[in-house]
Amino acid sequence: MRPLRRRRIVLIGLILGAVAIATSAMVYGLSQNMSYLLTPSQVLAGKAADYRSFRLGGMVAPGSIAHDPHSLQVDFTVTDGDHTLPVLYTGILPDLFRANQAVIATGHMQGGVFVASEVLAKHDATYMPRELQQAMAQAHAKHHVVMPASEPTP
Amino acid sequence: MIPELGQMALILALLLASVQALFPLLGAWRGSSALMRMARPAVAGQFVFVVLAYAVLTHAFLVNDFSVRYVAENSNLTLPWYYRFSAVWGAHAGSLLLWVLILNVWTLAVAMFSRRLPEAFVARVLGVMGLVSVGFLAFSVLTSNPFVRVLPAPANGMDLNPVLQDPGLVIHPPMLYMGYVGFSVAFAFAIAALLGGAFDNLWVRWARPWTNAAFGFLSAGIVLGSWWSYAELGWGGWWFWDPVENASFMPWLVGAALIHAQAVTEKRGGLRAWTLLLSIFAFSLSLLGTFLVRSGLLTSVHAFASDPRRGMFILMLLGLAVGASLLLYALRAPKVVGGKPFALASRETLIVVGNLMLVVATAMVLIGTLYPIVGDALNLGRVSIGPPYFGPLFIVLMAPVVLLLPFGPFARWGHADLREWKRIGLIAALASVIGGSLFAWAASGGMPGWQAWLGGLSSAWVFAGVALYARKRWVSVPAGRRFPAEMAGMLLGHLGVGIFLAGALLTNSLSVERDVRLAPGQTAVVGGYTFRFEGVTDVRGPNWIAHQGTLVVTRDHQQVTVLHPQKREYSGDIVQTKAAVSAGLFRDLYVALGESLGAHGAWALRLYDKPFVRWVWLGGLFMALGGFVTLLDRRFRVAVPQTDESMSTPTADAQPITPRAREAGA
Repeated sequence: MRPLRRRRIVLIGLILGAVAIATSAMVYGLSQNMSYLLTPSQVLAGKAADYRSFRLGGMVAPGSIAHDPHSLQVDFTVTDGDHTLPVLYTGILPDLFRANQAVIATGHMQGGVFVASEVLAKHDATYMPRELQQAMAQAHAKHHVVMPASEPTP
Repeated sequence: MIPELGQMALILALLLASVQALFPLLGAWRGSSALMRMARPAVAGQFVFVVLAYAVLTHAFLVNDFSVRYVAENSNLTLPWYYRFSAVWGAHAGSLLLWVLILNVWTLAVAMFSRRLPEAFVARVLGVMGLVSVGFLAFSVLTSNPFVRVLPAPANGMDLNPVLQDPGLVIHPPMLYMGYVGFSVAFAFAIAALLGGAFDNLWVRWARPWTNAAFGFLSAGIVLGSWWSYAELGWGGWWFWDPVENASFMPWLVGAALIHAQAVTEKRGGLRAWTLLLSIFAFSLSLLGTFLVRSGLLTSVHAFASDPRRGMFILMLLGLAVGASLLLYALRAPKVVGGKPFALASRETLIVVGNLMLVVATAMVLIGTLYPIVGDALNLGRVSIGPPYFGPLFIVLMAPVVLLLPFGPFARWGHADLREWKRIGLIAALASVIGGSLFAWAASGGMPGWQAWLGGLSSAWVFAGVALYARKRWVSVPAGRRFPAEMAGMLLGHLGVGIFLAGALLTNSLSVERDVRLAPGQTAVVGGYTFRFEGVTDVRGPNWIAHQGTLVVTRDHQQVTVLHPQKREYSGDIVQTKAAVSAGLFRDLYVALGESLGAHGAWALRLYDKPFVRWVWLGGLFMALGGFVTLLDRRFRVAVPQTDESMSTPTADAQPITPRAREAGA
């Protein structure tokens, strides 16, 4: 049985090595690709300084949406009730994008403006990202910002 | 009155499920044949009542009975009948009922096709499936009753979520659930084997066709889901590493590992404990998938029909099922070691390596999917983990699987012939470098990018392996016995991997996407195709009005196609983009309508040229086909009579595995 045992040891060694490599790759991948969700208040408080790219969540401020007449560039303002942040985006906005709706934009800060590479709007009339709902709850409680029904109706 | 009948049917089904769970298990334990014989009638009875409940709910949808709250919330008068039919599973309560219905279909099939298995074993299998059924029926009856009335009844209902109003979604959930729930059969077989202490390899042979069927359905379900999100969501992608997608992908990965591990256990007796563990994992991940999608925990962009209050129940169910089965495993599995020894260079080793990579990939997906939830719960901040994490890691983890895939069929059980490997490796490498490069070159129409290269090389590598093995069988085995169903299924599945690799990597590399602003009469060029925008008109459907754009696509002044992307507005101000796709085997042209920009009839448009995107789904369908073809193998007729012919050979289960079958592929 000795050769068999040796083979088993080699096999187990290989397995452990593979698992170790996979685990370290996973940890590295996680650390590189976590994208935090921040509200305008948090960004203005300097919390975004650590991140190359992050997600900005909030409501689209009414009257702030401005399309460029010659391109797909659009700028709007995202608010959490306390503070606002201007956002610049080039591309097609989602179906449900409109004023007073919750959005999550992915991108980075560039001189006081959030340059978004992707904009997601809430998914349907009753959907609101849970994380965003929590992040904004405090601000809303203070300022009575009109919130759409955030709980799916049972 | 009729909805109350559905309610009663559901409760009766729950009672019968309890009977099916308790008495056969008790009978198997005490050796009481009378108790064990209660299993099949209970299965049949429960099936009848679940079908009745389901039919009642469907009826309520078809006749627009808005006094049923679930109907009022998910349908309305203008909804076409076929979407009313599929709206039954459009939200939580109904999709749960569909889950239970499909579980009953599987249980009935097991009860019917298991007449030649030992009585105690069947009793345990049906008992375990009864336990699963009790859990889900109780869930339905206690927390998510679809028959609750709303009084006074509204005159009209709300609407089915417009995203779900698509032919793809009529068949996607049933297919997916067939796969999810199908793993409950493999699970029940494993638990029955553990309970009974019957550690011969027979149970694996009985379980294999069921596992392959479930894998086939799950593959088909995932393909349909991917195709639907591509066609419906207007983002032009076929996979987003979205938590809901991951939820269905994890059982698939483990299922892929399981069907290979089962082959080892059946034929060589090895990896018994591992096969048992994978059976438990596959079903646990199916439950986890159900939990993730239904609990409302996910912030997925397409987590429909979710309700946080019900999450607790599924979590408990999940904890109970996983905890109890793993405990049983811990108590019993150490006794099951055995099987023939194998050398380092053998088919077993290849399968172990493949299994390991698939399981590690599952863990990778699981961690990426759960980390945001756990991180949020532990106040580590609200994070999201996107495709940049999953994509590269998945490619790295699957690379060894793809690399070893051509060798698998050639490797003998126990001890492989290394000289043959060398020869195969050399030929496949040559084919891969020359054929793959040419393929990538032709597909790219010039110097290919690295992903296109990789797609060409890897798919040619896999194709070469499959072709070489098919040729070997053709040359060395007499006609009629060349490709038994199990082997044909394996070859089809592996071929599917190759097609998928080509599709995924080529389409990722070669797709061209452009967001443009076009006024009527203006043109845009994408990937060699000229899109001329003809403006937008209004059209009306049964329950929507839409802006419909018209685009004429030309290439070299030849008209290729005319596309009509829509932006539909459903009742309740819900806007839904309906992309227009011109599908082809080698390229898709895809247009989504953005928004209206100003007074001159200008619109934002998203234009795509997507070469080879169909291959992604074609590959998945081949894998599904492989799973189904394997079912037809004669050896499995012991457990699953496929034809009348096998019914007339009652001694089949007494036959030993034939040498041909045992050495199939060696």
